[in-house]
Amino acid sequence: MKLTKGEIKHIADLARLELTEAELKKYGSQLSDILSYIDQLKEVDTTDIEPTAQITGLENALREDEKEDWDKKEIEEAFRQAPELKNRQIKVKRVLDNN
Amino acid sequence: MKLNELTIKQASQKLAKGEITSVELAKACLARIKEADKKIKACLTVCEKEALVEAGEADKRRAKGEGGNLLGVPYIAKDNILTRGVRTTAASKILENYIAPFDATIIKKLKEAGAVLLAKSNLDEFAHGASTENSAFGPTHNPWDLTRVPGGSSGGSAAAVAADMCLFALGTDTGGSIRCPASFCGVVGLKPTYGRSSRFGLMAMTSSTDVPGPITKTIEDAAMVLATIAGHDKNDATTPDIGVPVYEKHLGKNLKGLKIGQPEENFGQGVEKGVKEAIKKAIAKLEELGAEIIPIRLPHAKYGIPVYYIITPSEISSNLARFDGIRYGFSSEQVKDLKEVYTKSRGKGFGPETKRRIMLGTYALSAGYYDAYYLQAQKVRTKIKEELDFELEKLDAIVTPVQPTTAFKIGEQSDDPLKMYLEDIFVTGASLAGLPAISIPCGFAPPQSPPLRSSREGGNKTGLPVGLQLIGKRFNEEMLFRIGSAYEKETEWHFQKCKI
Repeated sequence: MKLTKGEIKHIADLARLELTEAELKKYGSQLSDILSYIDQLKEVDTTDIEPTAQITGLENALREDEKEDWDKKEIEEAFRQAPELKNRQIKVKRVLDNN
Repeated sequence: MKLNELTIKQASQKLAKGEITSVELAKACLARIKEADKKIKACLTVCEKEALVEAGEADKRRAKGEGGNLLGVPYIAKDNILTRGVRTTAASKILENYIAPFDATIIKKLKEAGAVLLAKSNLDEFAHGASTENSAFGPTHNPWDLTRVPGGSSGGSAAAVAADMCLFALGTDTGGSIRCPASFCGVVGLKPTYGRSSRFGLMAMTSSTDVPGPITKTIEDAAMVLATIAGHDKNDATTPDIGVPVYEKHLGKNLKGLKIGQPEENFGQGVEKGVKEAIKKAIAKLEELGAEIIPIRLPHAKYGIPVYYIITPSEISSNLARFDGIRYGFSSEQVKDLKEVYTKSRGKGFGPETKRRIMLGTYALSAGYYDAYYLQAQKVRTKIKEELDFELEKLDAIVTPVQPTTAFKIGEQSDDPLKMYLEDIFVTGASLAGLPAISIPCGFAPPQSPPLRSSREGGNKTGLPVGLQLIGKRFNEEMLFRIGSAYEKETEWHFQKCKI
């Protein structure tokens, strides 16, 4: 299962990872090796087998639809982790383009 | 005996009798960290001031009449567990300066019980690995032989317990990350049943298999820690609302009449000779103690690794999407637009294994590939789980090695990610099926020289630790403690200490 450079770049873009040329090359070949190894899963007959998403068997773990306030100090500490704040809002780059 | 060398049981007895104080206990551990950690590098952050304050508080609580097994007992937590006010990095540059704003539920529970947090331990970055070499801050060294890995991803926690830097440690196990380092470092490591202990406040890796658990010097200690951290948590919807057994009642019971399955896959090729011998002797000892050893077959166990290495990266790619330089963590400043905030922060902040896994997962989940990879893996996962459940219906436990080898040299495997994944052969099954599994010290094996290199071992004459794995039925940790404590009493491997 050999991935092309174009495919690797596309995956990196989807994953929002900027990689160097060297990284693209190295991960590309490592990923191809790993995918080849994983191909053996095709050997297993899985007709009529349900996929397992979680093993607890729990369903509908619900809570009351009531507002619970988070600890105010913890909120402040969380804000302090942001790179740039303005008036207690986290500042980000422009989201909508000018075009 | 130095205070940091005590077990939880011994320390809590001495504290109860007033022979020692929590502050003395904490000071002894902190001194040991100062002395030994330059060489071992188990700790990323040491909270000396906070620990002494917490220890003082514990002594005050005790003076007021409070008790409990963990009151005043010092521990170390793996650095992917959020500890309020303390730097929590997941051993990644992307969180190098992140201060956790809240406590994980298990940390809250330990605080309520009065345990004292000494430090945060090193791990493979975001728990991606089996050797702690993927840490962005350098590897931890195995206290039994400093040129070797401690295992991973909870390598720092296991090394710290083995070197008596604390009385217990917390790890997380997703596909062997508690059991592997426990095996390589000669300590007890328990992966509880999935959902037994809350994941709230853990940095999520593979949400469908992650479990936090104890790494300790003895089985009894592990039972004491589990008793405190186990239980339903409304903040973790995968923890069922069921009671926690009184584990201590099951320690010291004999093994007569117990049925322990031995998969024929245990001694295939790839398992080191020394490991085979230690495991065989251990199984013989279990038989001597009254257990019936029953041969079983787990034909789908070998697919555990490919299944795990599709499911894990897929869930990782989703869980790590939150690290985007917006609300916390490293945020690149050389950016021209929003997209570059993401791509450059993540590109620079994440290490190679993390990026590899994100990419593998992104690929496996992307349009056109989901059915072939992820869906197929989840179906094979069902087969693996059903196979284990089927066998466990007629058994009390299954016994296997933990790792096919003893601790390898630092740098020996790091060029080949696939080779590293193959170390997980015995541990992924229990993770995928959500079963409890424990690693118990079962002896030592001479270091195996890697075939293509000359070996000037010169290291430990005792050899390197080997771990025995017991897998149990869901929520039946007491059986693992029962078998483990009977074995431990007869063999006393846990009294052997590394010489560092």
